[in-house]
Amino acid sequence: MSLELIDVRKSYREPGGAELPILNISHFTLEEGEQVALIGQSGGGKTTLLNVISGLTRPDSGRVIIGGLDVTDLPEPARDRFRAERIGIVFQTFHLLPAFTALENVLLGMAFAGKQSRKYATELLDLMGLKARMNHKPGQLSVGEQQRVSVARALASRPRLMLADEPTASVDLANQENILKLLQETCREKNVSLLLVTHSQEVSSQFERVEQLSDFNQIEVHA
Amino acid sequence: MNLVTIAFKSMKHRLVPSLLTSLSVALGVALMVAVLILNTVVTKMFQETGSGYDLVVGPQGSATQLILSTIYHIDNPIENLPWRYYQEWQEDPRVKYAIPFNMGDTTEVGNFPIVGTTPQYFITEYAPDKKFRVGKNENGLRGTWDAVIGSEVAKRNGWKQGTKFKMIHAGQDDHVHEEEFTVQGVLAPTGTPNDRTAFVHIDGFFMMSDHSKPVRDAIKMEAQFFRETEEQVTERHKKDIDEILRHEGESDDEHAHHNHGPTPDIQKEVTSILLVLEGTSLQRANRALIIQGELREGRRSQAANPVQIMARLITNLVGNIRLAFLYMTSLIIVVSGIGIFVSIYNSMSDRKREIAVMRALGARRTTVFSLILMESVLLCLLGGIFGLLFGHAIVFVAAPIIEARSGLLIESLAFTPVELIVIPILVVMASLVGFLPGLTAYQSDVAEGLQS
Repeated sequence: MSLELIDVRKSYREPGGAELPILNISHFTLEEGEQVALIGQSGGGKTTLLNVISGLTRPDSGRVIIGGLDVTDLPEPARDRFRAERIGIVFQTFHLLPAFTALENVLLGMAFAGKQSRKYATELLDLMGLKARMNHKPGQLSVGEQQRVSVARALASRPRLMLADEPTASVDLANQENILKLLQETCREKNVSLLLVTHSQEVSSQFERVEQLSDFNQIEVHA
Repeated sequence: MNLVTIAFKSMKHRLVPSLLTSLSVALGVALMVAVLILNTVVTKMFQETGSGYDLVVGPQGSATQLILSTIYHIDNPIENLPWRYYQEWQEDPRVKYAIPFNMGDTTEVGNFPIVGTTPQYFITEYAPDKKFRVGKNENGLRGTWDAVIGSEVAKRNGWKQGTKFKMIHAGQDDHVHEEEFTVQGVLAPTGTPNDRTAFVHIDGFFMMSDHSKPVRDAIKMEAQFFRETEEQVTERHKKDIDEILRHEGESDDEHAHHNHGPTPDIQKEVTSILLVLEGTSLQRANRALIIQGELREGRRSQAANPVQIMARLITNLVGNIRLAFLYMTSLIIVVSGIGIFVSIYNSMSDRKREIAVMRALGARRTTVFSLILMESVLLCLLGGIFGLLFGHAIVFVAAPIIEARSGLLIESLAFTPVELIVIPILVVMASLVGFLPGLTAYQSDVAEGLQS
């Protein structure tokens, strides 16, 4: 699924009342099935950008078009539904729910899209090399395993667009490569567009297309 | 995975706080259920027992004491009435049955109350459409020294048909009567004080030592009661009195060789008389009112309606205690509701991330709101169900203790329909206390939550 950002601006209000601009993207596109690494420094607005794309945060202005649909003006319940069905998110800190097993966390990824399949969840965990660990809770899994569960969860609702926020920042080097490879290969296999934000040159070097999110006041990212 | 499963797993994850919260609800509900059951059972027992009789006639004094002693056997009898008075009631055309009652003594074993009465007592209904039954091949009060015992007396004392027992004279622990009664029948459980009573034939009761009134006192009492002269009374019972006075001069040895017949009427007394009146229920009620009025004017005795007296007692005393208990237990449930609110509300700050993750996965605001509400309802329901069971367990354990201490018979497995509204009330309360934390979840900022 393609992604297009047009004149997207987002700023936050500081405690003193002054405006703090975070995003100012005049135009950005991601083609269907394409994989892009977006490099930016900490505090550079990478997470805010992903939040805006996923509909978790509404931009101050501009348009976010996903698969030809302008999601910016969709009412919140519709954006929630769209996110549940079409967008997968992998977080830097995994955000697995501690009360649920690996399998249940993956099932939870499907629950809100209303398309639960235990078989598919098991397949995904198998694909991530976690077949023997699916009934373990996050606290019983290693950091690398937790991130693989979170990748499986992001893929659970069969999304068309995958957003990954520093997915390898919290794992060791060996797991970094493994997770990145899994993410890229699975997205390629399932024809899922992938937008990965990172501050790591090592990670971005694994991508054919790399974009720089250099200046948070005047972010201009062009395809 | 549905909302209930998600809520249940979240609760399970916070097992200790969830259990403690549910426990507080459970305790409140258990107390409430126990109070409701005990109250219902006691009220029913008080209302039903004795409702088979239209009036209880007894000496002047407290009507409540008369009913409590005659019907419930939990108070001392007021005084005695002359046997002649009972005979007058027997001959009254308005009266279908007049049943004499003599009380005060207790069984030597187990200290159960003794009632001396006639076989007629077991013919009448002790409650609407409920009649006494004895076991197969067992009998009622046929002979002078026959006894019929309540089910609890049989159970506690291990007595059965053929068992002989003695009794203790009223208020004198060291005075055990020599005479023995033989159990002829064991009553089927009635759920009334009859279950813990031993009934003996009134003829035998009178023939026991110290149970027949000294003749001079009896003449005096009868004269006083009927407002006659002692001569008039003596003339009326001349034959009996002459016979008694003839034997007064005999030694104990001589006296023992006589074949004593039934106790002369002049020496007999009753502590109360149960009346079942003739006619339809409306006519009976009307006649009962007329008789009560007559006795009030006559000032010799009183007639009390057991149902009315108990209704008054329940409303004025038991009713207030019941209300106080219900208020207290309701308050406990409200406090536990506040406990749930505090518990869930406090957990919200820890759960910001959990809620944000669910929202990021596509959960709507209404979904997370419902989830919190569901959790509150589940906590209350679990507590409520456990409380219901626990409440019944309290009744089950307390029933024999209450019975042993007060004589009130409580059905261990009793159920009251009011319990059915406990769960819906809890669901409403849970929804109320879950609303604010749910609203917090509803309004939570996802981006901020993911950062937390």
